[in-house]
Amino acid sequence: MSLTDTMSPGMALGIHRTMVRIRVFESRVEELFKAGKLPGFVHTYIGQEAIAAGVCATLNRDDYITSTHRGHGHAVAKGMELGPIMAELYGKATGACRGRGGSMHVADFSVGMLGANGIVAGGLGIAAGAALSARYRGTRQVAVGFFGDGGINKGTFHEALNFAATHRLGVVFVCENNQYAQFTSRLRTTSVEDLSVRAAAYGIPGITVDGNDPAATYRESLEAAGRARDGGGPTLLNMETYRFGGHYVGDAEVYRASAEVEDRRRADPILRWERTLTEEELMTAGLAEAVWAEAEEEVSAAVRFAEESPYPDGGTALENVFTRVP
Amino acid sequence: MARRDGTTRRMTFGQATVDAMGYAMREDDRVVVLGEDISWGGNFGQFRGLLDEFGPDRVIDMPISEAIIMAVSVGTAVTGLRPVASMSFVEFTLGAMDEIVNQAAKFRYMFGGQVSVPLVLRASDGVLRSSAGQHSSSLEGLFTHLPGLKVVAPSNPADARGLLRAAIADDDPVVYLENKRITAKRGPVPVGDHVVPLGSAAVRRRGSDLTIVTYSVMVLHAEKACSQLAEMGIEAELIDLRSLVPLDLDTVLSSVVRTGRVVVAHEAWEFGGFGAELASTITGQAFDRLRAAPVRVGAAQAPVPFSPPLERAVVPGSDEIVAAAREVMGLT
Ligand SMILES: Cc1ncc(C[n+]2csc(CCOP(=O)(O)OP(=O)(O)O)c2C)c(N)n1
Ligand SMILES: [Mg+2]
Repeated sequence: MSLTDTMSPGMALGIHRTMVRIRVFESRVEELFKAGKLPGFVHTYIGQEAIAAGVCATLNRDDYITSTHRGHGHAVAKGMELGPIMAELYGKATGACRGRGGSMHVADFSVGMLGANGIVAGGLGIAAGAALSARYRGTRQVAVGFFGDGGINKGTFHEALNFAATHRLGVVFVCENNQYAQFTSRLRTTSVEDLSVRAAAYGIPGITVDGNDPAATYRESLEAAGRARDGGGPTLLNMETYRFGGHYVGDAEVYRASAEVEDRRRADPILRWERTLTEEELMTAGLAEAVWAEAEEEVSAAVRFAEESPYPDGGTALENVFTRVP
Repeated sequence: MARRDGTTRRMTFGQATVDAMGYAMREDDRVVVLGEDISWGGNFGQFRGLLDEFGPDRVIDMPISEAIIMAVSVGTAVTGLRPVASMSFVEFTLGAMDEIVNQAAKFRYMFGGQVSVPLVLRASDGVLRSSAGQHSSSLEGLFTHLPGLKVVAPSNPADARGLLRAAIADDDPVVYLENKRITAKRGPVPVGDHVVPLGSAAVRRRGSDLTIVTYSVMVLHAEKACSQLAEMGIEAELIDLRSLVPLDLDTVLSSVVRTGRVVVAHEAWEFGGFGAELASTITGQAFDRLRAAPVRVGAAQAPVPFSPPLERAVVPGSDEIVAAAREVMGLT
């Protein structure tokens, strides 16, 4: 099967561009954090780009996603502009959440990004709710709930799958199985090795996917989102991947061997995709370079925007607790 | 507190809790620990080294499911073990509220005193460097509201160790709150068989003009505030409650009846907070000795925001305590 049976050349290049934009954004975030420019703490998405890019490429602008503490990649892939994301990470008034949320709470409801979330598996029931709402309103919108291999043991995962399955809701549950939850290997805390088998308990399709291959993430998400849109109910996608960085920037990573990390880094999903695109004669070295350069430019502009923006005024801290106080 | 007989060591608050855990686990093989990432020492190093000494039967890595951590703790506690459950950030206890509120807190009473539930729930709370809305809360008011739960909130390494030992030895469920900003703070710690009994407050500073009643990280802010007040000629008495339930009301009242003025301070939201309970109780018990209405200090009524200037605007510190002290002195 050739790549163009799965997706158009434009789609293949678009996914590449999204992956590169996420990588460049996150690499810069790492630098900025280490330089002390960003408050709080940050969890980067480096190594997992093929998932957000492949999945979100199958969604419409008004489809929904719920995200995690590792949410910048989802935000970029769902179509948020880089400036407001970066400004949010800086805690600036021009940030996507006006500096209220920071890295772990980036959101833009206008593009269906219902929030990065600091509570593990906190988004899954919310994705089911968004799908229920879409059904009620008759819009055919789909909801994707991203979560990690750690989140698969939370009660909310099981409760959300059961509910979504019972009502055949249009949800795609995307597990980004990067092998670790914080410092703990999933093998120490999880009853099954292949996480996709958990779908069987709820009578829905469960598929294990090479999460570092955009062709696979796109293809499986396209099918699952199509089924969701057509009333066929939810799907569990177990996307196998690996985070290149620590759990957060600054993590000493004592819990995994550096040889393991090196090994995984050699299978970089972006470089792998570039090789595929080159073999398929969709990409030249010059084009790849231009995409990286353009992303660097765009991220630099986002940093400039963030740095030039003002901090919020302390006097506004109590705004937006409620819609309106009578 | 710092003894000269060689039983005192300097260590951080976090290390003091590890030391208390080790001591309790050596002393009593019914003590087990359950939590996420605890074989790696936990999020704040508060379990470092325990796996090596006590092995995986007693130091149990839990899946990310706060509900099961708590439910399993209740199940083991009513059948002969003494579990210490770790929830790292206190917000994660919210995923186990049913197990805490409906099970742990009520079992003993509901079942007519047949069983006790000797468990400790350890959770890190408070604001630390822009951790934003879901990782910055202080929720002691939720726990103190519930009959059946004991609640402690130490402010220094010595008390961290002494209170954790008391909590583990206690036969009831104890919520042990460790503020993130003081986890790395160092101090002298008595390392022998030293226990700080639940329900015993400590007077940190003597003064005759007003009484400041507080606990946890706010003790540090209050100490700073007391120095500033002293420069203004105001001598504050500072009470570190250490234990909220049971509450050492005697120590509080014996101070308040002398000073006649009281400031109650915590980092948690002021509205409906534990400080309201304190202010009301003090007023009820010492009304005729008060020379001014108690003044409360707490966070403004918003989720803790991310951006530093907003965080500063919502979360109280020493300036707010000084302002409250001046207010209760009639100086504003
Ligand atoms: C309810 C809850 N419990 C614990 C945590 C602390 N915590 C933050 S991220 C994390 C690990 C999550 O692992 P996983 O779901 O695999 O996502 P990954 O970090 O690997 O992307 C944990 C335990 C949390 N944020 N929320
Ligand atoms: Mg993971």
